[in-house]
Amino acid sequence: MNAITPIGAASGVEGCGERVILRQRGQREVFCGLTGIVWLHRKIQDAFFLVVGSRTCAHLIQSAAGVMIFAEPRFATAIIDERDLAGLADCNEELDRVVAQLLARRPEIKLLFLVGSCPSEVIKLDLSRAAQRLSQSHSPRVRVLNYSGSGIETTFTQGEDACLASLVPSLPAKADATPQLLVVGALADVVEDQFQRIFSELGFKDVRFLPPRSASDLPPVGPGTKYLLAQPFLTDTARILEERGGVRLEAPFPLGAEGTTRWLRAAAEAFGIDPVKFQEVTAARHARAVASLDKYKADLAGKRVFFFPDSQLEIPIARFLAREVDCKLIEVGTPYLHRQHLSVELDLLPADVQLSEGQDVDLQLDRCIAARPDITVCGLGLANPLEADGLTTKWSIELLFTPIQGYEQAADLAGLFARPLDRRARLRV
Amino acid sequence: MQLTVWTYEGPPHVGAMRIATAMEGVHYVLHAPQGDTYADLLFTMIERRSKRPPVTYTTFQARDLGGDTAELFKKAAQDAFDRFKPDVMLVGASCTAELIQDDPGGLAKTLGLPIPVVALELPSYQRKENWGASETFYQLVRAICTPLAPPPGQKRAARPEGQRPSCNLLGATALGFRHRDDVREIASLMAQLGIDVNVIAPLDATAADIQRLGAADFNVVMYPETAGQTTAWLKRSFGQPATTVTPIGVGATRRFIEEVAALAGIDATATLAKATSRLPWYSRSVDSTYLTGKRVFVFGDATHAVAAARVAAEELGFKVVGLGTYSREFAREVREAAKLYDVEPLISDDYLEVEARIAEAHPELVLGTQMERHIAKRLGLPCAVISAPVHVQDFPARYSPQMGFEGANVIFDTWVHPLMMGLEEHLLQMFREDVEFNDTAPSHLFVAPSDSATRSRPEGAESSFVAPSDSRHGSRPEGAENAEQVTVVEATRPACWSAEAEKELGKIPFFVRGKARRNTERYAEDHRVETITIETLYDAKAHYSR
Repeated sequence: MNAITPIGAASGVEGCGERVILRQRGQREVFCGLTGIVWLHRKIQDAFFLVVGSRTCAHLIQSAAGVMIFAEPRFATAIIDERDLAGLADCNEELDRVVAQLLARRPEIKLLFLVGSCPSEVIKLDLSRAAQRLSQSHSPRVRVLNYSGSGIETTFTQGEDACLASLVPSLPAKADATPQLLVVGALADVVEDQFQRIFSELGFKDVRFLPPRSASDLPPVGPGTKYLLAQPFLTDTARILEERGGVRLEAPFPLGAEGTTRWLRAAAEAFGIDPVKFQEVTAARHARAVASLDKYKADLAGKRVFFFPDSQLEIPIARFLAREVDCKLIEVGTPYLHRQHLSVELDLLPADVQLSEGQDVDLQLDRCIAARPDITVCGLGLANPLEADGLTTKWSIELLFTPIQGYEQAADLAGLFARPLDRRARLRV
Repeated sequence: MQLTVWTYEGPPHVGAMRIATAMEGVHYVLHAPQGDTYADLLFTMIERRSKRPPVTYTTFQARDLGGDTAELFKKAAQDAFDRFKPDVMLVGASCTAELIQDDPGGLAKTLGLPIPVVALELPSYQRKENWGASETFYQLVRAICTPLAPPPGQKRAARPEGQRPSCNLLGATALGFRHRDDVREIASLMAQLGIDVNVIAPLDATAADIQRLGAADFNVVMYPETAGQTTAWLKRSFGQPATTVTPIGVGATRRFIEEVAALAGIDATATLAKATSRLPWYSRSVDSTYLTGKRVFVFGDATHAVAAARVAAEELGFKVVGLGTYSREFAREVREAAKLYDVEPLISDDYLEVEARIAEAHPELVLGTQMERHIAKRLGLPCAVISAPVHVQDFPARYSPQMGFEGANVIFDTWVHPLMMGLEEHLLQMFREDVEFNDTAPSHLFVAPSDSATRSRPEGAESSFVAPSDSRHGSRPEGAENAEQVTVVEATRPACWSAEAEKELGKIPFFVRGKARRNTERYAEDHRVETITIETLYDAKAHYSR
């Protein structure tokens, strides 16, 4: 399908790739990158995430997760205290002690991430040196890596980017230049398995996923690696993969039937898969996904949607809502817009959509309340106040915790937006 | 550095937020990076508040650090004033901003705002949430009331003849454990006593209300954690005496009434005579016999933990086998109380240590926070929640105080219901040989036994507000939870059961069988018995019977 032609200059939109983007600077109401630990620790099952930070960091992860079902989760915080700051205790010695204590408790851990935070960045605690030092002292049992999830550098999903980027240098080199497909970005296991099946039916020989489910199962990378981004927020990871010889396949993201087919096709074309074969493997699945979306179309068509910036998934999801269930987009906010990775998505987005990057939450709330959208996608801090104001909301964090990618999840993704509307329609109180 | 898995308290600026959010017309400008905005969800999601907390965060970024973060703070404060038009502003720094030392108080002063601006110094690397709440309330009251205080040394004038006595109810905050309902209960108690409530604060109070604090005859310290410091200052500055008894439980409520009557100079005999709670009779009724000596482990903030231990021992006839708190500031009170029950006090905010101590004490009921509820669940123990940290469940739709006589009723129900009902337990004992009292008996729901064994409980039952139906990674959160538990189980390898002992165990009613199995295995382990025989089973039974 071709890019949408611009509707005209009257809307103030200058056309694809040259859209007017609203940028305001004020309070940002978003999580920091530490939040990614909540899903990353579930994905890499033998990895442990140790935040080096403050009590606030520990409280954030615990509150953002909203769940506490594990006796000992595979994440923790080394809380910096005043002795560390006053120089009474050497921070590095303290960190070594805490890591030793942790590893003694958790012998099953194979990969330890030291995760930097706002305070550790501000006091310039060098966690990369610490990681090297600790890797040596705990080798070969445990490998220690580091990345920053600090809120002064990362927003929400950028934590996953930073984590994966820290993993890339330790990926083994590919033995030869044979073509290999690498899918990059954490996906729910069930989704990963679905994609794996489709890829093998298409005839792919070597498909690997990053992050892997186990730290010992790191995919090799090098010349011949072509990678597909499964998530739109992996700027640094992509850059480092390219430094190691990886080549990015230009595609939209696998959200909705259309997005999934285009995403798969990008890989199929790059690997010279016969288009007839591609049609054979995907057509029925695509049709099933489209059919499953039908029942939501009635609920969602024409509904006006407003996105607050949160996960960087906003643009691909907005594209899905506009093109596959006929929603109207009022404003699509994103904390950060990567034009290159999102170029296909932006081309697919209706031309008259107001995009905004970054945030002044008070002004954005004014716009949202004035626009009275049918659905507002926002963070947990804003949802209930907006509901109390009569707006219907969808918590954006659920879009991260729920499997939404791929054909079989297309209807689930639509369902996430239809359910709040359904609920509001049912209630008579 | 301290290795922390779960925390009982947030940082002190979250305590400040609990004060600002509780009040009307107060705005808090917090110098903090963007991630700190997570704290809003504590109020909007857990407490289901319909308004955003009145907090503006400067959300400075790394690129601002080289530039002018101070200017950013001034702009945020000015914008917040213009937009929200508060009557009083709190300014301060979160943990990260504390490190860059921008002095929010000094910066705010340069703006020359026409309202009182209270600068908060909350040392994040030293203090925690409750301290932050207490300090914020104190600084706010001091800032507003100091100009109104009588000259030092001036004696407080006696209440004019014929004027009703009045008091302030102090300490209730946003995100407090049942604060909303406790305030209503105590206010209604005051009405019965003929005492006016002058001001309730911080909950729902305005800056104008704070100005009127000095008019009351005395202060009711509802929660020493948040109000102790403020009432001590009011006593020094305004000569207002304060209560010392926390009215949780029937006995404490009666003592509280006596104390209040003395402070107000009134006669409470009539109120005390009329006072009714169902707890005393329910506790004396024969059905409650089975509660006798139930082993209970108590953990929470100091005020609620000490009160719960007393109610458990004196009003329900339980045996307190553990008592602890995460509030180090109130360790002394808890140590004193622990002496009464002859238990080693546990003063710790290390969740794993608390879990270990609970497991060690082998309680039959855990009274704790939401954190202990999880511990109890893993240990297969009944649990009732008595204290913050809170969870969405701790804001019930119904009126559900902890304080006063109605609070005692609520306590009776919420502590006793998790336990097997007395008569029910008795009948089950009588009929235990019957086939229906057997875990392989068919369910009346016509679920085949094999299905019932594998049927999993609803996924995400523990999730408070995120992703109830699916966990994104790992399609089986259930299985993953078990996997985490396996390591624990392996650490203590149980002794081997002989066939006869296993068979004998099968004769024990299913609802106590798990406990019998655990006790026997523990006994076997303690006594280095490798194979559990029928004898071991009954040795263990004798050992653990009281």
